[in-house]
Parts: sequence; structure tokens; C-alpha cells
Amino acid sequence: MSIYLNKDSKIIVQGMTGGMGSKHTTLMLEAGSQIVGGVNARKAGTSVELAGKELPVFGTVAEAMAETGADVSVVFVPPAFTKDACIEAIDAGIGLLVVITEGVPVQDTAEVFAYLDGKSTRMIGPNCPGIITPEESLAGITPHTIAGKGPVGLVSKSGTLTYQMMYELRDYGFSTAIGIGGDPVIGTTHIDALEAFENDPETKAIVMIGEIGGDAEERAAAYIKEHVTKPVVGYVAGFTAPEGKTMGHAGAIVSGSSGTAQAKKEALEAVGVKVGKTPSETAELMREVLKNL
Amino acid sequence: MDLMEYQAKELFAKHGVPGTLGVVAHTPAEARAAAEKLGVVVVKAQVKAGGRGKAGGVKLAKTPDEAEQHAEAILGMDIKGHTVHRVLVAPGASIEEEYYFSFLLDRANRNYLCIASVEGGVEIEEVAKTNPDAVKKIAIDPGTGVDEAKARAIVAEAKFPEALVDQAVQTVLALWKVFVEEDATLVEVNPLARLTGDKLEALDGKVSLDANADFRHPDHEQFELGDETDPLEAAAKEKNLNYVKLDGQVGIIGNGAGLVMSTLDVVAYAGEKHGGVKPANFLDIGGGANAQVMADGLHIILGDEQVKSVFVNVFGGITACDQVANGIKGALEILGDEATKPLVVRLDGNNVEAGRQILQDLAHPLVTMVDTMDGAADKAAELANA
Repeated sequence: MSIYLNKDSKIIVQGMTGGMGSKHTTLMLEAGSQIVGGVNARKAGTSVELAGKELPVFGTVAEAMAETGADVSVVFVPPAFTKDACIEAIDAGIGLLVVITEGVPVQDTAEVFAYLDGKSTRMIGPNCPGIITPEESLAGITPHTIAGKGPVGLVSKSGTLTYQMMYELRDYGFSTAIGIGGDPVIGTTHIDALEAFENDPETKAIVMIGEIGGDAEERAAAYIKEHVTKPVVGYVAGFTAPEGKTMGHAGAIVSGSSGTAQAKKEALEAVGVKVGKTPSETAELMREVLKNL
Repeated sequence: MDLMEYQAKELFAKHGVPGTLGVVAHTPAEARAAAEKLGVVVVKAQVKAGGRGKAGGVKLAKTPDEAEQHAEAILGMDIKGHTVHRVLVAPGASIEEEYYFSFLLDRANRNYLCIASVEGGVEIEEVAKTNPDAVKKIAIDPGTGVDEAKARAIVAEAKFPEALVDQAVQTVLALWKVFVEEDATLVEVNPLARLTGDKLEALDGKVSLDANADFRHPDHEQFELGDETDPLEAAAKEKNLNYVKLDGQVGIIGNGAGLVMSTLDVVAYAGEKHGGVKPANFLDIGGGANAQVMADGLHIILGDEQVKSVFVNVFGGITACDQVANGIKGALEILGDEATKPLVVRLDGNNVEAGRQILQDLAHPLVTMVDTMDGAADKAAELANA
């Protein structure tokens, strides 16, 4: 078991023929993912060879799904075209939509999120590293070599902190690690991932990584209190970030008193989540938890 | 990007929000000239910060002499760390009532929110505390937006006075156009005022634009003001580097926004043991840590006179550590004599052995390698305090 993605997942790539798309499709194949094709309206009917595999290019997501039985799409198309690519995939009824693209206008994402209402698609991202179920499948850009399979579930706003935390806990390994992205509007939240990890028998403990901005961590804390029985260890980045300055992620901006790292840490600690001051201390806290299970 | 009031009002005018633009003045003489044309005016500091009135940055001037004096006092003033470089000379208005109105991105609900109140404008935060029922919050579906029927519903719910309903509906529609057509994350009018003669006008304006949408708004570039930007931040922007200047001694370079933010924290903790040194900046070089990007980054950081040491913290995810190490090596060659401050490098992840080997072989006197993020932060803080 794992969450959202496993060895049976059949993946197509929207934007597979572009630079980022072809590079990461190759890496996903090397990670063991079942990539079954790509989508590019202008190159429909052609094929691309990546990592020694001949991959068909389809004109539409619907066609790709009908021909291959794909249930996951990874999106690498440029920001200006991301909204349309997502809506196409949602219309086709894709199960999991992983949007890697960085720099998507937030109103486009808000429209896509509104469009998801009542549909069967789960969206992860945008502006995220995607999702990996080690030794089974990778839908995104997380290096598959960092850590193997294990009892820890990981959910993080940040890509490189996902990698860093996987590296710190590579002695234990992960059921699934999911990078939900740091944009102000995202498809899958900390709470969604916590719920899925709680219900996943393979996940024994959960690491949650947050950062300044918004109140997602505070809401996750309230959710943990009511619904999560598995141990959760937290980390929050951005204690030293000054108010009113954007730190890279569009969402990582502190305005006023809420949204600070300190407020998030306190909210998590109030519901029994141990919060590390640094990534290494967080990993150490998780090791303690795992030893006592 | 947050806009100044006069910039927000330019966008208001473009989309038909009722109001008057006024005149932007950079000198007391310009303010005087504007007042000679406009009569009674309000001289308003133009900075990207709230609380201008309380800071003494907004003054009524009944004569051109007064306008000149107020401009003299306000220009150069510091408001919450922002120096006032320009004032808006706006025509005085006879206000009967003040209202509040905004559209904004609602992160928590992942849609848009309209906030409207006819109970006071400027004191809206106080009203929200003492009489929350008077502050109406209306969710907007990003899929359907605001049409005339929705605008009427908003105006009805906010209980705008009967005599103003039609003007209010048109104003709401115009502000909605500002919000969607300019890709804003916030459009706020405070106060939206009822003037003598039942005229509705936006007397102040606040707009935040989504930088991710710049590609469809080339005209938004005009809102970036050279005199408002830190020179190091401006230089970084030119090189497409994601850099934020902070007040500290340890220069930071890393990959990925989350890891760099985390690096700032770890350095600040380490600094507690080394004379209270702090991180000097945020700099995310992203995935492509080649020699040129690394050199550009180092060049910016070494240009910061406060910097005493530099911490390069890279986790090789997609980027391989040997590429990063070659980037550092190349950067030191490009910078030559300009590189004068100690560099602490921590590499981990993809191809880390090869990366560390390259730096070991280089044996550059300025470069120290430390294996862990915590250890490297400690070393960088120690060197900055030396």
C-alpha cells in the first residue's frame, strides 16, 4: 500500500516532448514508473524513445487514456498553457493530475480548482515536485535514488526540503512522499495527505513539512487533533523570514501576525505534534517515534 | 507586486472605477503647482505600506502654500522602513459617508472573497472587531466570477443606500474587471466614499498583482520603480535570481525556496553561539547551479558589504553535486580577485562523492567543506564572527 500512486499506476506526460518533460520522463522510467505515453496535439501519432522505451504521443488526454488505460497524468507544459492542459485532463476523467509547472498565475489555478468540484480528479500542485512511492512509481521530479521503501509518510510544501528530509531518514524509508507545492492555491493539501496516510496501513508515522504563509499548517493541526491517530512529526521553515517579503514560493509571504513560522509551530505543538527546529532535529524526532512503535 | 495608491488608481481609471487621479509630485514645487490647479487638496505619501495617515503622511492643504509645506514635510519621510519619494496631490472631497470594499484571493478556501461594509471605511478593522455583522464576506466562485446579477446581490447584502445602488453595482463590476483582467490578488478601496450629491468615489486604492501572470501583462512593468528597490535586489533581478536582501553577515546561496528558508533559520540558530550573526540574504539559485549562475549569485552576495562569510547549501536533487562543485570552481575563476570572503560549502544528494572530490582537488584557500547542514551553518557563522 501507499497513497495515490503505486506500481500499477499508468502514467502519461502532458508536455513529454519538451525539454523538462523528456528529461523527467526518462528519470521517471528509470525510477520504475509505468509511463505509457505522452500528449502533444501537434505531434499526435508520432513516438519518442526515452530510456530505451518507445512512447506513443497522443493528440489528447482522452485519446491517450482510451488507448493506454492511463490513470495518472504529469503536467510539464509552460505556465501560459497549464490551465488548459489541466482542464483537458479533468474533462477526460484522469484520476490523478500532478502539475509540476512553476509560475502558474494563481487565478488560473483558482479556476482549475473550481473546475475540479464534482469531478473525479485529484490534483497535486502546481509548482511541486510531485509524488513518489519508492521502489514502485514516481510521478514528478523527486530523485528516486534518495531513499527506499519504508514506514514514513511525508507531505511537504517544498521540493528541496522533501529531498532533504528523505535523505535524513533514508535509513528508514518512505511509504509515499508527496510535495504539494508552495503556491497560494494548490490541489492537494496537507490535510488531504494526512487523511490518506492515516488510512494507509503501510504508513506508520507521518512527517509534515510546512513553511511561512497562509494558515494551512494551523488547519492541519486542527485536523490532526480530531482525525489522526498515527504519530506526526513536523518541521516549519521560515522563522527568520521578514514580514512582507516573498521568499521564492509565491505562497511564502508573511503578512501581519498570522502565517508566521512561530504561530504554525505552536499550533502543531498544541495538538501533540513534535516540531523540529532544523531538518536534522526533525529527523531525529522521527527516529525516536519509530523506535518506540 | 504591491502597487502604490496612484498606480492602483491608474488601473481603476482604466477599468472605469469612479474616482479622480490627482497629480503625482516629486518635489514641494510640483505639489504647489498641482494645488494651484486643483484647489483644496490632500497631500498623500506614496509608499507600499499601510498606516500612512497615522505616520503623518496624509495632510489636507487648503492653499498652494500649505500643499507645498506638507509635501516638504512628507517627502523623504520614513514610513515603516519605506522612504517617501513621491506624494499624490488629490483633489479634496466633501465626504458624507465612508464604505469599505475589496476583492481578494482566499487561500484557505481556494476561491475569491468579496468583503464589503457600509459601516465606516478607514476604521474597517475596528468595525470587524466590534460589529462583525456589519462586515459582509461573500465568496466568489472563480469559475463563474461576478456578473451584474452577482454584483447586485453583493450590493444588496452589503446594504448600500438606495440612492447609490446603481452606482455601487457599476463600481463593483469595474473593480471586478480590475481584479480579473489585471490578474490581481487584492483590489481594495478604502474608503469608497459617498460624496455630497450622492456621488460614489474610490478615494484610496490598494492593488496587489500576481507576478506569475506578468507574461500576459507586459504593461505592468511600468509599476516597478527603481528608487523603491534595493540596488542588490535590482542587480539580482536583472540576472533572474531570486534574491531578498536581509540584515546580516552570513551570505546564503541554496537551491529551492524551502531549503533556502530553512538554511536561513539554521544559520540564525548557529549565529546565537557566534556573536549573534544573522543571515544576510535569501538567494535561491533553483535547479541550474552551473558556473555562471553560481558566479552571478556569488557576485551579488559579495557585493553586500555587510557579508563576512558565505554559506553555499545545496541538496543535489535533479542537479548533480559534481555540476554544483564545478559551478563553484568556475565561479571562483570568473570572480578572480573579487572573491575575498570565506565560503562554506555543504553538498549532499545526487553524485555527492564526485562533487566533494572536485572541491577537495581544487583546494581553494577560501573554500571550506562541511558534510552536514547544521555543521556548515555553524562554521559559516563562526567565520562571520571572526
